[in-house]
Amino acid sequence: MARTLFQKVWDLHRVRTLSNGQTQLYIGLHLVHEVTSPQAFAELRDRGWRVRAPERTFATLDHIVPTQAQVRPFLDVMAESMTEALERNCREFGIPLFDLASGRQGIVHVIGPEMGLTQPGMTIACGDSHTSTHGAFGAIAFGIGTSQVRDVLASQCLAMTPLKVRRIEVTGRLASGVYAKDVILTIIGRLGVKGGNGHAYEYAGEVVDRMTMDERMTICNMSIEGGARIGYVNPDETTFQYLEGRPYAPTGADFERAKTWWRGLASDPGAPWDDIVVLDGSKITPTVTWGINPGQSVGVDDRLPEPGAAPAGERAGLAEALEFMDFRAGQPIAGTKIDVAFLGSCTNGRISDLREAAKVVAGHKVSPHVRALVVPGSQSVAKAAEREGLDEVFRQAGFEWRGAGCSMCLAMNPDRLQGREVCASSSNRNFKGRQGSPMGRTLLMSPAMVAAAAVAGEVVDVRSWMAEPAGAHA
Amino acid sequence: MSQASKITRVVGPAVAVRGDDIDTDRIIPARYLKTITFDGLGDHVFEDDRQQLRERGAVHPFDVPAHRGAAILLVQENFGCGSSREHAPQAIARWGIHAIVGESFAEIFFGNALMMGLPCATASRADLDRLMAASEANPALEFDLDLERSQLTAGDIAVPVTMPEAVRTSLLTGNWDATGLLLDRYEEVERVAAKLPYVSGWNVV
Ligand code: SF4
Repeated sequence: MARTLFQKVWDLHRVRTLSNGQTQLYIGLHLVHEVTSPQAFAELRDRGWRVRAPERTFATLDHIVPTQAQVRPFLDVMAESMTEALERNCREFGIPLFDLASGRQGIVHVIGPEMGLTQPGMTIACGDSHTSTHGAFGAIAFGIGTSQVRDVLASQCLAMTPLKVRRIEVTGRLASGVYAKDVILTIIGRLGVKGGNGHAYEYAGEVVDRMTMDERMTICNMSIEGGARIGYVNPDETTFQYLEGRPYAPTGADFERAKTWWRGLASDPGAPWDDIVVLDGSKITPTVTWGINPGQSVGVDDRLPEPGAAPAGERAGLAEALEFMDFRAGQPIAGTKIDVAFLGSCTNGRISDLREAAKVVAGHKVSPHVRALVVPGSQSVAKAAEREGLDEVFRQAGFEWRGAGCSMCLAMNPDRLQGREVCASSSNRNFKGRQGSPMGRTLLMSPAMVAAAAVAGEVVDVRSWMAEPAGAHA
Repeated sequence: MSQASKITRVVGPAVAVRGDDIDTDRIIPARYLKTITFDGLGDHVFEDDRQQLRERGAVHPFDVPAHRGAAILLVQENFGCGSSREHAPQAIARWGIHAIVGESFAEIFFGNALMMGLPCATASRADLDRLMAASEANPALEFDLDLERSQLTAGDIAVPVTMPEAVRTSLLTGNWDATGLLLDRYEEVERVAAKLPYVSGWNVV
């Protein structure tokens, strides 16, 4: 019988049905970071449990690490104490920790794939909602809370209920200047921030087939912003090529065997998807969020919505967002002045993102009123960028070049918005207060669009930008 | 995180927080996640929303003294969307809430709340409107969430509430803290792991 990848992987990891009706699911890879794990380790100690599979568990530091002055002890005493707690927990329970000295530290969703830890057919859990990122490899990967982190540490299992599977086919080809970020913002804009509740999203279609792994990670990453706890892409040659030679990937004859197994996990033709949504990729334009959730977005050449014209149930939400952002209904998004440009995060902090952004800024200067920073997603990304000289391109343009971490994606380290600042950001959330100032404002967009906005000092259409000769905006 | 006990009903006054898509950054701002325990989070629940309303001369329901003893939180659609931080339901529970009834919940939030024994039940928008109005008009009004009968009553209002059957069962039987169940008969887990090539070696495929 034809099955989806979700069903195949679920069945392979299903242990039994628990007395309460939930499924006990084996977890193949558990990723841990400093913010959502301390209470779980404390409880493990209280109950006298050990970590069941330390060899299937990996830890890193990302949310709280400063991206400047990464010298220990950290100036922020709470950041230092959380770091020490993670170090102590990893030491005591035998878990490998990719810390600042390892040369492999970085955002958990960047380092898992780049080390080859993330592989097709795995079940992957992490105390972080953007764990959906790892689904790009054809894994079933999802975020969990701290009590579930405790469960996985103690039992390498979780109690779960199965999800429906929605296939989202993006057809055609993307226009130049349109990126994976625009695709996922368009999907969320179309299906809504809660449209995916109860679902895993299976991304497919010509556009997704042609995407690199980095691009697939960008779209899977933001599944959760559409309410889908899981997003995935069926594994194919692109996936295998990416994995070959990575430190934790199988090698030699094992790699060949692995490929056969991985290939067989892809959804069968005619699998029983719960529904199928088709989107014309050629119609997608550079997309920018204007509101306070990632579903509130418009094409860069569009105008903000009129709450009065929206369905009754949505009016209050639109009005609240317009008021918070200090925007008027019907105004264009292009031309919105920005104060800060942030390039980074688990959505768009990979080497290919930095390359795209560097292409846009090369030979230009950041607008005098804009504070601009580049935060590589991992130490490996930083090293690769430095080898290519991208750090110099950014520095010469007036960007700050930082160390790896979550940085200004959220407010747990010194990188924050101040007051009412408007930030063009390559991250994934534009919630009120998300970037550290309770009244700060976030516009989500692709890295190329962030780069263009940094130089122009306002939101601009990167497509027209690309058409102009370098220097025109300097 | 307490040890599991049976949760069959929650009785007490209610407090309504209106608005769809209230995300976990609003429930507990990230700066309060810089901690290695969940202690003290209750003091900061909805902090930025409360502050912003105060600055505009308005009052957040959590700042209305008459609602201070509320046990049941009434919300609208997609409550708890965003990050996986368990700090969000922890902050709500530590403020004093024992159950949440809303039109819908984000999945990770819902699962986190369950793991803490904080039931989240859903009701229709129309029913929630009536319940919210009743609680706002009379903050002392006693609400009774009865999980056995899947019903929420307040004064002369009685409405049906729902939750997935497995979730309801685990609350009613005191099995919502699943760790014990997961460690039971562990040889079955080992059998599943042994069949996974990425765990036990690629020569098995
Ligand atoms: S980069 Fe942002 S979204 Fe990603 S893990 Fe870090 S804080 Fe979370």
